[in-house]
Amino acid sequence: MKRISLIQLPRGKKAKVVEILGGSALQNRMMGMGIYPGKEIIKQSHFVLKGPVTIKTGRSLVALGHGMAVKVIVEIE
Amino acid sequence: MIKKIFLLGNPNVGKSVIFSRLTGVQVISSNYPGTTVEILKGQLKIRDQSIEVVDLPGTYSLEPSSKAEEVAVSILSESPKEEMVIINIIDATNLERNLFLTLQLIEKGYAVIACLNMCDDTTHRGITIDTKKLEEILQIPVISTCAVTGVGIKFLIERLKEAHPAVRNTLSHEERWKEIGRIIESVQQLSHRHHTFRELLEDASIRPLSGLLISAAVLYASFKIVRFLGEFMINKICDPVFFNLYQPLVMHLSNALGGDGFWHHLLIGDLINGKIDFKQSFGVLTTAPYIEFAMVLPYIASFYFILSLLEDIGYLPRLAILLDNLLHRLGLHGFAIIPILLGFGCNVPGILATRVLESKRERFIASTLISIGVPCVPLQAMILGLLGGFGGWYVGGVYLVLFSLVLILGIIMNRTLKGYSPEFLLEIPPYRFPPLQILAAKLYFRIKGFIFEAVPIVLLGVLVINILMYAKIFDLVTGFFAPVIKNLFGLPKEAIVALIIGFLRKDVAVGLLMPLGLTAKQLFISTTLLAISFPCVATFVIMLKELGLKYLIKAVIIMVSVTLVVGTILNFGILR
Repeated sequence: MKRISLIQLPRGKKAKVVEILGGSALQNRMMGMGIYPGKEIIKQSHFVLKGPVTIKTGRSLVALGHGMAVKVIVEIE
Repeated sequence: MIKKIFLLGNPNVGKSVIFSRLTGVQVISSNYPGTTVEILKGQLKIRDQSIEVVDLPGTYSLEPSSKAEEVAVSILSESPKEEMVIINIIDATNLERNLFLTLQLIEKGYAVIACLNMCDDTTHRGITIDTKKLEEILQIPVISTCAVTGVGIKFLIERLKEAHPAVRNTLSHEERWKEIGRIIESVQQLSHRHHTFRELLEDASIRPLSGLLISAAVLYASFKIVRFLGEFMINKICDPVFFNLYQPLVMHLSNALGGDGFWHHLLIGDLINGKIDFKQSFGVLTTAPYIEFAMVLPYIASFYFILSLLEDIGYLPRLAILLDNLLHRLGLHGFAIIPILLGFGCNVPGILATRVLESKRERFIASTLISIGVPCVPLQAMILGLLGGFGGWYVGGVYLVLFSLVLILGIIMNRTLKGYSPEFLLEIPPYRFPPLQILAAKLYFRIKGFIFEAVPIVLLGVLVINILMYAKIFDLVTGFFAPVIKNLFGLPKEAIVALIIGFLRKDVAVGLLMPLGLTAKQLFISTTLLAISFPCVATFVIMLKELGLKYLIKAVIIMVSVTLVVGTILNFGILR
């Protein structure tokens, strides 16, 4: 088990969200969109030069800005 | 007794389409989160009773994170619970995420009825939902609908009276997601399918390299099609109608009025070489309708055709991902591309759409950039019509100047304004292919809006301008501004009238430039200045409403200084 941020997660890999760093406003916002501790997600793409990251959570595809993706900590095997 | 029905749900689940079905009120719907930023109201008639229906902006939870969501949540809490029913619209293809809001609503004690929308799409995606079982678990009525085709709407209306508050413990967010997991397990079945071509395309458009190539192709094709359709309509329909049918008619009127005098000046304008020239005469019955119907309307139609298509397919949020990086440097994030693109049609809906952005700072930057650097269709159509004759370089030059301005101003504002730009968090919808009649209805709605809102203002505007000109009122103003206009911008002093009228409407303003016989360089400078100086009065009012006086004044100061600087640079920097 390794803890990394969404940025470090390789593309196409599945991982489990363990923590969202940041205030409760951010946590609530992600929560409403289906990103919360315990949820399994798959990273879809990643844009260079601090670009956004897209992930698949449940049936939805969500794009997160770089600064936000840094705050999502996931766990991989 | 139900007095009010609220439509509430996650963004982009089809609330506005349901709203149209219930009330018969036509509204704009698109395939991206946050199309509805205003509260829309209509009436639903059940037998002899009439109930108010309110369409709210989409929200993921009852904790709002943008201006639009805030509006939705606060409206909801203002009405007495016992007099209202919430129709919670759910995207059936994404039941899990949507149930979060549903449970929150039930927990708060609202009378809720759930509407599983887009039920036709579930079959394609191999999803089966046991609605009976879902009803039992949630203890509220659950109805499957497909709003686009109208399936299930009748049942929805019939079962409205069954809506009542259900008993449910208030859960923490984590517990609620666990509960949703259990519910999904028992009501939803997925059958395995192979990837479709659509999914491959969806995937390719969010990858850096393929996404960039696709976006370049889409934008290039869009621009070409808009231009082609616009020119086609002008050359094959509008011009023939005006020159062959309408011109003899107004010529008769001109003769009847004796070819001169007050009324002739007002209605027909000046005769050019003894003839009516639709581009130069400047009368209420000549140039005004020609500008609106033969120069602007064709482009309104072609632009909104392409924009509506891109909106409904769901391409725009993908563009937002690609542009996030660039827009971040301007203090915005990727989603700001949607207000900007809407601004290219008309600045007013563009600035309204900035409500999807999270902070006031972002909304100020976006609104200012739109009002300075994003020319609306009427202005673009006139620029094409006027400068197009001198070659593509001049037209391209205007866009280049505006684009550079957006970049420079954005970077400056981002560096100097207090605060920081929030990060981007956006759900990307699947591609959907809209039925043609839906697309046609949306296009018709937008064209009708233009004809009823813009055309009367233009006719009235030309009337007032002609009266003022006849009374030689403008001469005072032109004399006063002559030094600036002449020495800094290199324009004849009459051009100030056009810049002032630009405040009323941009297309009329360019119309005023037509009879002045300007050189290509002067036209280039004056149309560019028209684009960046004051926005038209409608945009002004909406900026005041959305940002408040303080921010509006800031924006105006930026506009005036930019106009002076850019006008001077262009005048002295361009040699030919």
